[in-house]
Amino acid sequence: MNSSTETEAQKPASKSKLRTFGRRAFLVGSIAVAGGVAFGYYVVRKPHDNPLLDDLGADEATFNPWVKISPTTITLITPHVDLGQGVASMQAALIAEELDLELGQFTTASGKPSPAYYNTAMANDTVPFRSTDHGFEAEAMRGVMGAAVKVMGMQSTGGSSSTADSFDKLRAAGAVARETLKQAASNRTQIPVARLRTAAGAVILPNGSKIPYTDLAKEAAKIPAVTQVTLRPPSQWRLIGKPMERLDIVAKSTGTQIYGIDVDFEDMLYAAVKVSPRIGAGLVRYDASAAKQMRGVKRILDIPNGVAVIADNTWRAFQAANAIIFEWAASKAPEQAEHWKEVGRSFTEERLDKEWRNDGDVAQAMKQEKIVSAEYRAPYVAHQPLEPLNAVIRVTGDRVDIWTSHQAPGVAQQKIAEVTGLPVEGVRLHNQYAGGSFGHRLEFDYIILAAEIGRQMKNKTIKLTFSREEDFVHDYPRQISMARPRGSVKNGRVESYDLPIAAVSAARSYTKRLGMPVPGPDLMLAAGAWDMPYNIPNFRVTAYAVPEIVPTSSWRSVGASTSGFFADAFLDELIHAAGADPMAERLRLVNDISARRVLEAVAKMSKWGSALGPNRGRGVAMVTAFGVPVAEVIEVLATPEGVKIEKVYVAAEVGRIVDPVNFENHVQGAVVWGLGHAMNCEITYSNGQIQQENYHAHEAMRLHQCPEIIVQGLENGGEIKGIGEPPVPPAAPALANAIFAATGKRIREMPFNKHIAFV
Amino acid sequence: MKITVNGTAHLVDVEDDMPLLWVLRDELKIKGPKYGCGMALCRACTVHIDGEAVPSCSIPVKQAENRNITTIEGLGTPVAHHIVQQAWIEQQVAQCGYCQSGQIMTAAAFLEKNPRPTDAEIDEAMSPNLCRCGTYSRIRAAVKSAAAKMAER
Ligand code: FES
Ligand code: FES
Repeated sequence: MNSSTETEAQKPASKSKLRTFGRRAFLVGSIAVAGGVAFGYYVVRKPHDNPLLDDLGADEATFNPWVKISPTTITLITPHVDLGQGVASMQAALIAEELDLELGQFTTASGKPSPAYYNTAMANDTVPFRSTDHGFEAEAMRGVMGAAVKVMGMQSTGGSSSTADSFDKLRAAGAVARETLKQAASNRTQIPVARLRTAAGAVILPNGSKIPYTDLAKEAAKIPAVTQVTLRPPSQWRLIGKPMERLDIVAKSTGTQIYGIDVDFEDMLYAAVKVSPRIGAGLVRYDASAAKQMRGVKRILDIPNGVAVIADNTWRAFQAANAIIFEWAASKAPEQAEHWKEVGRSFTEERLDKEWRNDGDVAQAMKQEKIVSAEYRAPYVAHQPLEPLNAVIRVTGDRVDIWTSHQAPGVAQQKIAEVTGLPVEGVRLHNQYAGGSFGHRLEFDYIILAAEIGRQMKNKTIKLTFSREEDFVHDYPRQISMARPRGSVKNGRVESYDLPIAAVSAARSYTKRLGMPVPGPDLMLAAGAWDMPYNIPNFRVTAYAVPEIVPTSSWRSVGASTSGFFADAFLDELIHAAGADPMAERLRLVNDISARRVLEAVAKMSKWGSALGPNRGRGVAMVTAFGVPVAEVIEVLATPEGVKIEKVYVAAEVGRIVDPVNFENHVQGAVVWGLGHAMNCEITYSNGQIQQENYHAHEAMRLHQCPEIIVQGLENGGEIKGIGEPPVPPAAPALANAIFAATGKRIREMPFNKHIAFV
Repeated sequence: MKITVNGTAHLVDVEDDMPLLWVLRDELKIKGPKYGCGMALCRACTVHIDGEAVPSCSIPVKQAENRNITTIEGLGTPVAHHIVQQAWIEQQVAQCGYCQSGQIMTAAAFLEKNPRPTDAEIDEAMSPNLCRCGTYSRIRAAVKSAAAKMAER
């Protein structure tokens, strides 16, 4: 972890002349870190260094870590890596809004990994308070975690946090740059700042003449940044809330977008790896005699638990790797059926992680005669974004350059320094556009392997590409999880609900790999379940931690993708047992205004209660994940060949929408993700090895199965929230509930195609 | 061996069975076609051979010799878009975008043959192309709007 609390004044002046001007870095802490009363707060209020100062030209100006202006170019730094969510455009638009730039007047860059780009919003969901809870204690705890994240310098992308992290911070960064440029113009013209305006990349004088920002860069660089700024009210926004053409949309529609896998250098060599596919089991021996003879093969390298082939073409490297005969050690990891048994054995006092809520008297309620009970299961699933893991590496002297895409680039640099034995200051990670991630690029295996190859192949530029098969078998899947809910009903109402959930902890698995285990209960085990906003008289949610069986990792929407399914689908069972209407009973029980609004919205959109016709059914589900309540109504048609998903209505409360087009696209994508994996994906283990090695065995959704998806975003102000993950969890229970409505068949296990066919 | 890509002939010195995808990407540095699965499962690598959309990861380069290969780079450019690309831009289809070269190449070849497709025909034609980001709703809309424009031609 990088940790830097050094201030500008403490820096050696010799490094850059500009520093001697004592420019005050922008105090972002006062805006972004909530709950300023928390212990240790003063430490983090010192701003991190502005990384743009490191290689700033003499005539360039930077006002904070996000804006750099040269005599020719305006560069906006968008530190959250773009995994496909359009966050590069979103981040740039937030800065441009306050800086008065038109789209097209600036370039963007990802910025190098730096503590200055810490993510406070992500920390908000790592503390165990309901994300919708704004009580003093909750705010203070978020402050502690936010402070911790800042000290660690975690510039990470995940937990749907990019928009939340950026919203105030980047607008403020734009405003600071704008006001400083106005000050520079005022100094030049002797016209008071109050009489200057800005528009379209220029300061405008009272007589209407313009001074372009680029023209002011040199002077602006010499004055202290103006840090007293007021952000514009929503009524004055030009960009936020309006559809905008994503900055990358032309490149991505013409095959000209460069991804990590497309990075290219003269004389570059290509690497393929084969690492033991068996969990915890190494390489015994291998025979590469045939591979060595193959055309284009340059080197065969021993790497930890495997072999790397260096060749002059990716395919030749793949072919040679496949020609090596390996003997892998036996793995101690149990067969898949044993995994389920282990989860099933975990509903015990000893494995209790936390009782998250216990309202009323559940124990007493469960003594009644008529108890509804069930067992729910959710399997391991893979991330498998379409661009396989890859990295281009070059180690020369004590410098490492790596071109790759990673969600936590600062930690990745640390790992590379460890492997190569070089100082972390010499490691440059050039973060690239990613062909998807879904949590996959939070892991470090490909980074470590690339570093190992670079260490052994000094002064060469090498591109490591995982074959799809290698990528699959080394994926760290989503947690495996099970629930044994019980409940009772009375007078047509849901009266008690007892929801014990047992799951392996993906968060603990990950932090263990990172070497920084986090104490305390894992919020994710019962995410989307314990914080269900329903007034059920007797209501208990308990999480049990299954000891790690195989390593697991964060998968789009994390804990809520499994627990949200259990929680909502069994609630639906109870509502049916009570003979109530699924929508009406949820609306009767709901006790949170945002949750009520999304339920009411989908009821209206779907014309809930209207006749559907024979063999059709409707299901509703509502799950809150990352502080965003999302309700979905799904309509299915039961045909003799199987279930056809016809329509999905989605309503989500996100506070405010930055770009409605990108918003709709991502909600639709998240629904497809949630449905596709619930329908037909699971990862299973045999001989300690993942058995699914390519997309035919883990297909998720294809276009012909994709329903019409109608989206409504609710914007009731307040905090802004991201939308990449929250629509995932309600998709599976809404589908299960709809299938029940259409067929009378209750599906309690993912993937659903184990129990019913889909067309 | 000589292969013609986007109207330009290239001499390549490769094995007959090297998949066309890797000749394009690593030998000719044409990066529009993407590697996703190597097994004709995802179609991120789709190119046209004599107008036919094919998964280049599963076509030995020898089979493409003396035929016209078109990649997304040859379909249109960032300044002169093909009708299908224009529709993809207008509908803002892409998320990560990694699958979209393949989606666009599949759609372009399909609409060339069937400029007035039904919804069911669109679904069938586009289903071999996987999109992990789930942009299917917009893909459908873009194919329809491209079809409408192509019908006007
Ligand atoms: S890479 Fe060719 S079909 Fe997937
Ligand atoms: S846009 Fe990401 S895979 Fe299709």
